This record gives sequence, C-alpha cells and structure tokens, in this order.
Amino acid sequence: MKTSIFISALAAAVALGGLASAQTLDDVKARGKINCGVTEGTLGFSARDGEGKHQGFDVDFCRALGAAIFGDSEAVEYIELSSKNRFTALSAGQVDLLYRTTTWTFSRDVDLKTSFVGVNYYDGQGFLVPTGLGVSSAKELDGATVCIETGTTTELNLADFFRVNGMSYTPLPVGGTTEAKALFEEGACDVYTTDASALAGVRASLKDPAAFQILPEIVSKEPLGPTVRHGDDQWGDVVRWTQNALVAAEELGVTSANVAELANGTDNPEINRMLGSEGALGAMLNLDADWAARAIAATGNYGEIFERNIGENTPIGLARGLNAQWTQGGLQYSPPFR
Amino acid sequence: MAREIAFVRSEMLGEKPPPASIVGVQGWIKDNLFSSVSNSILTVVALYLVFVILSGILPWIFLGIWNAESLAECREIFAERYGDGTEYACWAVVKARWHQIVFGYYSPDQYWRPILGFILIAVSIAPILFPKLPKKLFFVSFASLFLYPWLIWGGSFWTPITAALGAVIGFFAYRYVTERFGFLFGVLAGCAAALIWWSFISGFAASALQSAIPATIAQVSSLNLAGFVLSITIGIVAIVASLPIAIVLALGRQSDMWIVNKLCTGFIETIRGVPLITLLFVATVLLNYFLPRGVEFDVILRVNILVTLFTAAYIAEVIRGGLAALPKGQYEAADALGLTYWQAQRQIILPQALKISIPGIVSNFISVFKDTTLVSIVALNDPLGIANNIRANSDWNGIVWELYGFIALIFWVVCFSMSRYSMYLERKLQTGHR
Repeated sequence: MKTSIFISALAAAVALGGLASAQTLDDVKARGKINCGVTEGTLGFSARDGEGKHQGFDVDFCRALGAAIFGDSEAVEYIELSSKNRFTALSAGQVDLLYRTTTWTFSRDVDLKTSFVGVNYYDGQGFLVPTGLGVSSAKELDGATVCIETGTTTELNLADFFRVNGMSYTPLPVGGTTEAKALFEEGACDVYTTDASALAGVRASLKDPAAFQILPEIVSKEPLGPTVRHGDDQWGDVVRWTQNALVAAEELGVTSANVAELANGTDNPEINRMLGSEGALGAMLNLDADWAARAIAATGNYGEIFERNIGENTPIGLARGLNAQWTQGGLQYSPPFR
Repeated sequence: MAREIAFVRSEMLGEKPPPASIVGVQGWIKDNLFSSVSNSILTVVALYLVFVILSGILPWIFLGIWNAESLAECREIFAERYGDGTEYACWAVVKARWHQIVFGYYSPDQYWRPILGFILIAVSIAPILFPKLPKKLFFVSFASLFLYPWLIWGGSFWTPITAALGAVIGFFAYRYVTERFGFLFGVLAGCAAALIWWSFISGFAASALQSAIPATIAQVSSLNLAGFVLSITIGIVAIVASLPIAIVLALGRQSDMWIVNKLCTGFIETIRGVPLITLLFVATVLLNYFLPRGVEFDVILRVNILVTLFTAAYIAEVIRGGLAALPKGQYEAADALGLTYWQAQRQIILPQALKISIPGIVSNFISVFKDTTLVSIVALNDPLGIANNIRANSDWNGIVWELYGFIALIFWVVCFSMSRYSMYLERKLQTGHR
C-alpha cells in the first residue's frame, strides 16, 4: 500500500510539476470555498466555540475573504495546522493561505517559498507584572526575577534588552505557559515575559486580572500576517487588498453599520473607488465591484474586528498599540485605493 | 461405679466461632494493618497521607460547580459562596463541552451516527469477546466493517453495500477455486475477484443504485472528526487491521523462505526502530511533499494506515514470542500427521501461540489506544487537541484540571476494561499446561 502510494505520487508529481504556479483564485472559485489555514486553538485568534464554529481575529480575516470572493463569509473551510506542518500544508496546496499567527521573517519569505502579503497583527515580546510592583515601564525592572521559557528567542531578547539598558535580572526558567502562569501567580517571579498577545491571554486567565498589567515596552518584532504561496501574485493581491480594504475602511470611517449606505456613493472618491461605486478596482482583482463592501459588511473594518475579538472590552483586553491606524500613532497603514 | 462420676458429657459441643480478634473485620485489621510495631507505624502514616490527599481532592470534586457559563462566572460564584479565595472544580466546562470531547464536531442532529457506530462495534466484537454468544453475530461484525466508516464519514448508503458485496464475491471465488486448485490459488483468486470488483464495478454499481433508490446521509469532513470518535476510530482500525497483518508478519519472520523472512524482518525492524510520532509526521508532513498538489488523500486515513502498520509490527513480535514458546513437539506432531503448512498453522500452531500471546497483544492494544493522543501533535483534534481548543476560548481560558481529569477518566475506563477483559480471557483459555 505504502509503496504504491509513493510510486503513484511520484508519477503524478512529475506529470503535474508544470502546474506548480496554478491560479489559486480560479481553483478557489471552482471549489466554491477557501481553504484557510488557522491555528489549533489560540486565545482570541482562532478557536472553536460551543457549536464547533471557528471564531477569532484570524478567522474573521478568512471570513472577510469569503465575503469578498463569494459574497458569503461562510464559504471558508478552516484547516487547523500545527506550527510544524503549516508551511508544508501551504506549499502542498492543502490550504490556499495561512492566517495562522505566522511571523514574517526573512528566511520564511525567501527560503521557504512563501509570500507574506500583509501584517494583520504586530506582536512582540512584552512584560507582565503585578500592579503592586509599582513599575510603569520595563526600564524600571532592574533586579527583577523573570519567569522565562528556556531555549526560546524570548530568552535571548530578554538578555539583550536588559544588557542594552544596563540592568540586571534573575532568570527563573520555566517549561511552558501553564507552568509559568502558576509560578507567576504565586509570586515566585516578579515578571513574566513572552509575546504580548499570549501575555494578554495569561493575564485574562488569572483570578484577578486587574491586579496585573502589561508594560508598554515591546522588545521584539513579531509581525503576524497572511501567507500565500510564492509565484501566484494574483491570489496574493486578492488576500493583500482584502486586508488593506479592512484597514483603509477604518481609516476612512467605513463600518459594517454604514457600509451599505456608503456603497451607494459618497463625496469621498477613495471610498467610492474602494466600495465599487466608482472605477473598476474589483475587476482588476477578477472580483465583483462590491468585493470590499461585502468584506466590510461581513466582518466590519479592521478596528471592529480587533475590538470584537481581542480589544480592550474583551476579556483578553489588548490595547491597539502598534496595531492602531498610522494616523493614531500605530503601524496599520493601507496603500491608497487608486 | 458410674455414680461416682459427677458429670459425663453425653453429646459433643457445637463448634464455636473463632474469637473476634482473629476473624472478621477486626481480625483482618489486626493481621494486615497492625501485625507488628513497624507495620502499625506505616499504617498510621499511610492512613494520614490518604486522608490528606482525599481531603484535598474530594471537596474539590464534589463541591465543584456544574452550572455556569464561563470560568469567570464560576469564580464569581465561589467568591460569593466562600469569599476567601477558596475555589473548587468548575465542572461547568465539562457540562458545556463534553459533547465536543466525545463526539467531536458533528452537528448535534448527527450524534446518532457515532453512537450507532459505537453500538455496532460493541455488538460486532461481542462474539469475539464472549464465545458463548451465537455465531450468527459474526454477520454483524462483517457488516460493521463496512457500515462503521459509512456512519462516520457519511455519503451514499450504497457505497458500503457494494463494497461489502466485493468481499462476498471474493469469498465465493476463494471457495470455488480452493476446492479445485488448492488453498494458495484460492486466496489469490479471492483477492483478485474482490479487487476487480472494487476497482472497476462497485463504483458504477453504487452510483446506479444511488440514482435508482437515493439513500444518503450528510458527509462529514475529516476536519470535523475529533474527540473520542477520532481516538476510537483510529484505535479500532489499528486493532482490527493490525492483528491479521501481525500474524502474517510473525509467520513470515519464522519462515524458511529467504525473501519472505528478510522482507518481514526488515519491515518489523524498520517500523519498530522509529518512534510513532515520527511516523505521524511522515503521514501528515512528509507525504505532502510527495503527493502532487490537489491530490486529496485524507489525513486521517494516512494517520490510520501508519498507526496500523506501527501496531502490527509490535504485535508481530508478541506473536513471534508465542510461536517460539510452543514446544517443538507440536510442530513435529503436525508434520507427522501429514498436515500441510497452512493446516498445521490453522489447526495446531496458531491457536496455541495466540493464546500464549493474549496478554501481550491486549497490552499493545491498550497502549495503541492511548497513543492515539499523539495525533494532537500533528494538529488532529483528539480529546487533548479539543481540550487545548476549549482552553483557547476566552470563556474557559485558564481551566486545566477539570478538562484533563475528565478525559483521563474516560481513557482509564476504556483501558481498564480492556485489561480486565484480557485477564478474564486468560483464565478462560487456561488449559493447564502450567
């Protein structure tokens, strides 16, 4: 059985080798569904609810794509991938794209033959401290005991940060988030450091979240974004500009509540071009003219997605920070719709 | 003379019960717990430890909360009730999500399918487990081979029917040819007939029957196959399919034929030399590189095949141990009777060798059932994967013990029953050689 699969697979691979850069958009349209790679369960970003439906920040971007392409935000198949099999699943065509908290790095972009087409969440290593500690900046942490997962890049970032700022610390090595949480909660360490989005999850799960705060300093760059295969720029454009439309919509004041009204035409030409009442941007993407309007109507603009899933009014309570609009001092910035 | 004797007992005294300090509860306690000073000290210390552990765990279990919407609500209730930070279990998470842990992501109106599937499995293994039951139940076993996958994955009802027909056709071809040309040709002809039916005819037959009499249940994507349904499916397939493969491998390894011997030994040693988790990565990651883009080869099927091969290699070694343990006289007696190789195996060698191997085989089954939790590492949602997913909901973020305790309990019940059954079987098959 195994050998015959290998042989037939090899034969088929040789036969189909020329189709490696197939037009994903055509495949997706023919299939009627997007295969979207998500995590197996990350607080706020993707998890199944009590009915078994996927919910979360990353999931909403997949839903927006479904709405943009098919006018149906349910036309998405969510495929849960581990951090180990995500890239092979993408390059093998098992998924059309990843919205899987994947950090954009040089080697992944260049060497792994994947393309990152945007950043939907700027993450980075942060510090969680009890408010009782009385510090308001990570630069005041001199001499602190830090819970740190050993053998990770966070450990190296921590050492760099403290050395650059001329401070000392006592590391308390831990094996994982659950262990770290227990130690931190009983006061064995003053500070717990890992990616800020994960810190927010840890903070939310503590008995009294209000007694803890995440310090404003972010000491590493972890831009998380959608990933597609190398060499299919048309599909990459669809993913990139759908996300850009959600970002631009927030900047331009287009929300899920007013998008239907604004789509009839406004006196702002950029909104008109984006929502399809002027120009032919949708046709350039091989989509309908109202693709962006459908995406925004389905999930809301970037800010709405953020607030609904991970924002300050959710138990996770992440501040916009780097993910604010560029006009608000953040990094979320969409090129113009022109 | 007789008068001088003051008293003569004319009847025997009835037997008296032994003193209370030797029998009964008191005697047992004295014998087992306080038979010496050091034992008494150990007993007191052990009782104290048991008390400390139970007084921690039992209130946590039994004072837990079943009705709440989230962990935060549980904590509010505890704060209201005790006000001093005392917290017990928040079983509400089990109440809210047990159906996902057990049935995975089937929609609730489809739960009858895995339930019926489990019942089918129970009925079909019953005649194997308890030989007193009527042999006709084996028809259920045969049918469930085809009905269980249909119930789990869905689709046209005619697919399992025509597939089963293939097996029946193969069987009759085997019978017909064996009578005329012998066992080996019979097996070959049976396999060939079934394969021809499956690869060329059954597809057309199924679609023809489907268009004549439509009978379909909703298809369930492998993506939604999760929880104990997934564990049990992988476990049962591995257990059922690995045993025949293992017997063939074990016989092959004992064989005098050079190629057969080396092939079987090579296969067994290769598989046993690699950890299961590596095979799972081969199934989910590496095969993706070899398969052409767009070729759908179900990931659960891939995992199933590799888990089965893995189990088969281990069980083959257990059975080889059973074969080696048989006295040489049994083989020689079979030869002396003029039995052919297969007759000897079927009538004399295998029944005894398998009997010796039962404890080893069952403990392999138990371990393969527990090993199915490894698939959570390759992002399949076995119960542990589901627990991780539940904890990724902001309602239940921070819950640990309740979920894993519940899952552990189910695993324990299943594995413990398997081990008790193997002990029962050993006693029943004991023919007094030892």
